[in-house]
Amino acid sequence: MRSRTPLAAVAGFALLVALWELVKLLVPADGVSVGGTRVLPRTDDAAMPHVWTVLARLGDPEVAGAAAARPVGVAVASGALFTLGLALGGLVLGGLLGVVLALVMHRVGLVERAVLPYVVASQTVPLIAIAPLVAGWGGKIAIAGWAWQPWASVMVISSYLAFFPVAVGMLRGLTSPARADVELFRAMAAGWWTTLVRLRLPAAVPHLLPAVRLAAAAAVVGAIVAEISTGTTGGIGRLIISYAQSATGDPSRMYAAILGAAVLGLVAAAAVGALDVGLRRYRGSVR
Amino acid sequence: MSAVSLHGVDKRFGEVHALDGIELTVDSGEFVSLIGPSGCGKSTLLRVVADLEQPSAGTVAVGGKAPRQARLDQEYGIAFQQAGLLEWRTVTENVELPLHVHGMSKARRRARAAELLELVGLTEFAGSRPSELSGGMQQRVAIARALAPSPRLLLMDEPFGALDEMTRERMQAELLRIARETGAAVLFVTHSIPEAVVLSDRVVVMSPRPGRITDIVGGRRPGGGDPTDDPTDLAPDDIEDVRESGTFFAAITAVREALRKGHG
Ligand SMILES: Nc1ncnc2c1ncn2[C@@H]1O[C@H](COP(=O)(O)OP(=O)(O)O)[C@@H](O)[C@H]1O
Ligand SMILES: [Mg+2]
Repeated sequence: MRSRTPLAAVAGFALLVALWELVKLLVPADGVSVGGTRVLPRTDDAAMPHVWTVLARLGDPEVAGAAAARPVGVAVASGALFTLGLALGGLVLGGLLGVVLALVMHRVGLVERAVLPYVVASQTVPLIAIAPLVAGWGGKIAIAGWAWQPWASVMVISSYLAFFPVAVGMLRGLTSPARADVELFRAMAAGWWTTLVRLRLPAAVPHLLPAVRLAAAAAVVGAIVAEISTGTTGGIGRLIISYAQSATGDPSRMYAAILGAAVLGLVAAAAVGALDVGLRRYRGSVR
Repeated sequence: MSAVSLHGVDKRFGEVHALDGIELTVDSGEFVSLIGPSGCGKSTLLRVVADLEQPSAGTVAVGGKAPRQARLDQEYGIAFQQAGLLEWRTVTENVELPLHVHGMSKARRRARAAELLELVGLTEFAGSRPSELSGGMQQRVAIARALAPSPRLLLMDEPFGALDEMTRERMQAELLRIARETGAAVLFVTHSIPEAVVLSDRVVVMSPRPGRITDIVGGRRPGGGDPTDDPTDLAPDDIEDVRESGTFFAAITAVREALRKGHG
C-alpha cells in the first residue's frame, strides 16, 4: 500500500494540473459573478496562465534582454534546492530534538507531565511571531568564531515546527509496548537501555513514521514562511515574493516559482518515503 | 536443592489480600500446577517467584537464590497466555532474544536457537514472521524462547489458555516431553482441571479472598512420588493413555472436590 505513495503523489499532482486547465476551460475569462460579487475567479491568461505557459516560462531568461541571465527554471530549481536543504536540516534538527525530548520525557515520568503542556503550548505561538525573534537572537550569536547566518534562523524556525509531531509520536511509540512485553524484558533481566533498543524503539517505528511525515511537511512550510518573514534571500520563498512583485502582466513566472515549491514538497515527502522503506521491517509491529 | 520454595508468603495490594501464608516447595524437575478460581492469586504467586512482584511478607527462594538474583541469573524462563512474540523479529530471532539481551555471540545464539526449534518441532519455520504462525506454533516459539538460557525452572501462566481444545492437548503432550528432556521444573498456572492433572506431579489447589493454598493433590502420578526416579513414569507418548486411565479420573475427582471445598 505505502510503496505506492510516491505514485499516488504524482497522480495527485497530475490531477491538480488537469483540474486547473478544466477550470480555465469551463469558467468564463471574467469569472462568475452573482449580484456583483465574484464567486469564481477570473480565468484569463493574466490570472490563470496555462500550465504549458508556466512550463515554457522556466526556459526564459530571468532578466529580459540580458544575454548572460540565467533562465527562470534554473533560478527556481536553485531556490527550491536551497530551501529543501534548509527544510531537511530543520527536519533532522527538529526530529532529533523531538526524539531526545520524548526519550527524556519517557525516562523521567515526571518530566512528561511537566514538559508536555509546554511542548503543546509552543505550537500555539504563531510562526510569524517567532520568526523575527529567532532572527533577532541569532544576529547576536557567534558560535566558536562562526557568525550566525540568516539561513540558520530559517533552519531553526523550520525545526521548531518539525520537532512537535516527532516528540508526540515518539512518546506515544515508546509507551506502546504491551505490559506483558515489558515484563518479559524485565524477566530476562534486561535493563532500561536494552529494553529501549530491543523493544521500545522498534515498537515506536509505526508511530514515528507518520509523525515524521507530518514533520517533513511542517518543516517545508516552516522554511518557506521563515524565509519570507526573515527576509532571507536565495530560497524559493523569497523568489515567489520577488516574482509576484515584479510580475505585473506576467503571473506565469510566479506560478513557476510556486510549482517549484510544490515539487519541493513532493521531494521532501519522497525522502520520508525512503525512510519508510528502510524501516519496513518494523512497520507491522503495532499489536 | 528445590527449584522453588515459599515460606509464609503474603501479598497485599492495598485492601486486596492476594496471597496469604503460602507454603510451597517445588522440587527440581518437578511439574507443579496451580489451579483455582479467577482472582485467587495464581498469577500473583507466579509473579512473586519471577521477581515481577515483591511479597509483603515471607521468604522466597528460587534455585536457592533470592528471586531478584535468580532473575538476573536467568534461573527461570517465563511464558504467558499471550505468546508475546516480537513481530519485527523472525522466529529464530525471537527464540534468541534472551541470549541476545545477555550478549551471547551471534554464532552461539544461532546454534542454540536451532537446537530449540528442533525441540519444539519448528525448524522449518525458523525464518518466518510470528504473524505467519498459528496460535499453537506461536506458543511453542514462546516456550522455546523461555528455554533458551537453559533455565532450571519454567514459569507458565495459562500458556495454553487461548488455544483450541485439540491444539491444547497436543501442546500438553509436547510440554511434558520438553520438561522431561530438559529436566526443568515447571510451575504451571491453569484454569483447567484435566490440564492440571494430566501434566502435573502435584496439583496445588487455591481459593480466593484471601488467596491461599487449600489442598495439594497428586496428579497423574498418585502420591506425587519423585518424578526423576519413578520407574512407572509414563512416556510422553502415553499421555493419551493417561487421559483414559483410572488414576486420571480419580485425580480429577480429587481436584474437583478440593476446589469445591475451597469455595464453600
Ligand atoms: N497489580 C495489582 N494491583 C492491585 N491488585 C492486584 C494486582 N495484581 C493482582 N491484583 C489482585 O490480586 C488478586 C489476585 O490476582 P491474580 O493473581 O491475578 O489472580 P489469578 O491469576 O488467580 O486470577 C485479584 O483480586 C487481583 O485483582
Ligand atoms: Mg491470572
